[in-house]
Amino acid sequence: MAATFDTPKDALADNGRAQQAAKQAATRTIFTRWLMLSPAMLVIIICGLMPLLIILAYSLMKPGDYAGVVWGMPVPDAWINLFFEQDMFSDAMAPNYAYYIIFARSILMALFTTVLALGIGFPTAYFIATRSPKLRNLMLFLITIPFWTNLLIRTYSIIMVLQDQGMLNKILMQLGIIDQPLQLMYTNISVSYGLSYAYLPYMVLPLYASMEKLDFRLIEAGYDLYATRFQVLRRLIIPLVKPGIVAGSILVFIPAIGDYVITTQLGGGTTMMFGSLISQQFLTARNWPQGSALSLALMLLVMIALFIYAKKAARQAQS
Amino acid sequence: MVAGATAIEARNVIKTFGTGSEAFHALDNVSVTIRQNEFFTLLGPSGCGKTTLLRMIAGFELPTAGDILLDGQPVAHLPPFKRQVNTVFQSYALFPHLTVAQNIAFGLEMLGRPKSEIESQVTKMLKLVQMEPMRNRKTNQISGGQQQRVALARALAPHPKVLLLDEPLSALDLKLRKGMQIELKRLQMETGITFIFVTHDQEEALTMSDRIAVMSKGKILQVGSPTEIYEHPSDRFVAHFIGETNFINAEIVSRDGDGGLLRLSSGAEIHHPKIGAAGSNNDISLVVRPERIELAQLDDSCQFAGTVKNIVYFGTDTTFHLDVENAGEMTVRMQNRWGHQAVLQIGDQVGLKVEPDALQVLRD
Repeated sequence: MAATFDTPKDALADNGRAQQAAKQAATRTIFTRWLMLSPAMLVIIICGLMPLLIILAYSLMKPGDYAGVVWGMPVPDAWINLFFEQDMFSDAMAPNYAYYIIFARSILMALFTTVLALGIGFPTAYFIATRSPKLRNLMLFLITIPFWTNLLIRTYSIIMVLQDQGMLNKILMQLGIIDQPLQLMYTNISVSYGLSYAYLPYMVLPLYASMEKLDFRLIEAGYDLYATRFQVLRRLIIPLVKPGIVAGSILVFIPAIGDYVITTQLGGGTTMMFGSLISQQFLTARNWPQGSALSLALMLLVMIALFIYAKKAARQAQS
Repeated sequence: MVAGATAIEARNVIKTFGTGSEAFHALDNVSVTIRQNEFFTLLGPSGCGKTTLLRMIAGFELPTAGDILLDGQPVAHLPPFKRQVNTVFQSYALFPHLTVAQNIAFGLEMLGRPKSEIESQVTKMLKLVQMEPMRNRKTNQISGGQQQRVALARALAPHPKVLLLDEPLSALDLKLRKGMQIELKRLQMETGITFIFVTHDQEEALTMSDRIAVMSKGKILQVGSPTEIYEHPSDRFVAHFIGETNFINAEIVSRDGDGGLLRLSSGAEIHHPKIGAAGSNNDISLVVRPERIELAQLDDSCQFAGTVKNIVYFGTDTTFHLDVENAGEMTVRMQNRWGHQAVLQIGDQVGLKVEPDALQVLRD
């Protein structure tokens, strides 16, 4: 190669300048990235992280006499109260069974809701995914229609259907199937019915997304290799759409476990859930630290469950 | 197993998609018999119905009319999982959530075979397709050629009576495809399973098959060995579809027995030993393959006279495109053993010689 540099010194200087320019460009890129992210970051910090920190602080304070908290040294009272309660007379600590029952009921109700939504959503999503593209869009549109109506109004509509003099009871009595109205409202039935109905789209949409990508030639291959319909479902379809099942279940389970509107409207006072317990602590019992601790406990519960699942999934992906 | 016994028989199979004026006849009264332990190829252009026939044998399509017999038993209305027939799909359709070994084991598991048998059969199949080191890989961690081998092993593992192959080589590059052609033939001979192979690639069909069925527009036009199909095409479409062909018009001057004297379009007369029933009004069509024509000095022993229009050099041989008097364009191919390409030049006048046995009479 011909000598292109006048002197080695010039070459070094050139090299140095180039490096500096590259560095500047990299800095600019990073700066631009943060600039573009900043609106979202601001929203998350102001509306998400800060309230969370406030709730954490509340949970470590003593309750004020008329709601609010008394600021002072952090005390773990509210957290201990999640698990143990002080006996009114002897001051001895006893397990807080009332809370345990509410926790358990909420978890069971959320699980049941998820299973019900999966049971209804899976065939629905499969049906939609196997239609022609034009029909699919229409059906997805229909699935999302309930989103446009206020949740409270939808919940009241459910009451109209389920109450003693409601539509369902009237129809059943007209048909002569029953002669006394069935007690449907303010039961576990009405709550799980309302929850599954409200969160069903969250199950159908991710399920549909993964079923749409499903290669139906694989199902043909399954039949060709002597798999019956049930075996094709169990050995091929379910494993292949598992990401959708998991996403849908998470999206239904999490809001269902902390739900307030539906559980209070349809469950009344007889079936207290996590959500109504929290609201009761803030509004009725005026024990803000307790309500804060309950809220955070619910969040931790969900996070731990998700973390365990993520670990398990990662281990499975490795093997 | 009796050699030559029937494995699959299609009886007057009709398949119509759609109804009324939009009806499309994918299969138009197809009857064919496929023997046991045979490498049988369904050959034809896309849309000829070959894949529909294959899918019908597999059980993915119901015939509109007619029946499919497997080992003499009617199976047309059985679901795919009740037929001892397996398919190698064009897309391979390997299960992405399973390993190579699990894919191969799938069919055996569905049949409820004992674990030890599945284990040994999977190992045997992996050996057969030389994929042993890959047994625990996921199917997206292996190459296209390897996926092809796994798809084969998976379909062969339950030892079906018939293996269906739906253009399995079309996704492979040329070199891999050539290798797999030989491999497939070896597998067929080693396993003794009847192979039904679907392709639109005539060369693939000729190199691998015991017998070929040439299909067009939902009909089977000719069934025969590769030699029969190539040397003695009975139909204009078959002659045209397989290899390069020259068509010559002729009229029958006189018949004697099966043969007769023909006057070719150039005016030359030639005695042909086998005319058969062709040529109702004495006009017949003949086909001759490019390599069966000899180029020579123009004299009275030549049947045609022509001018060289183009010379294409292929390495092993050279193709001459000629403008032939009273016969239009003709193609002649010669092996490059003698160095014609150096002797002949574009614009040269040459004579064309054809032996009677190189001329095949078409039935239409």
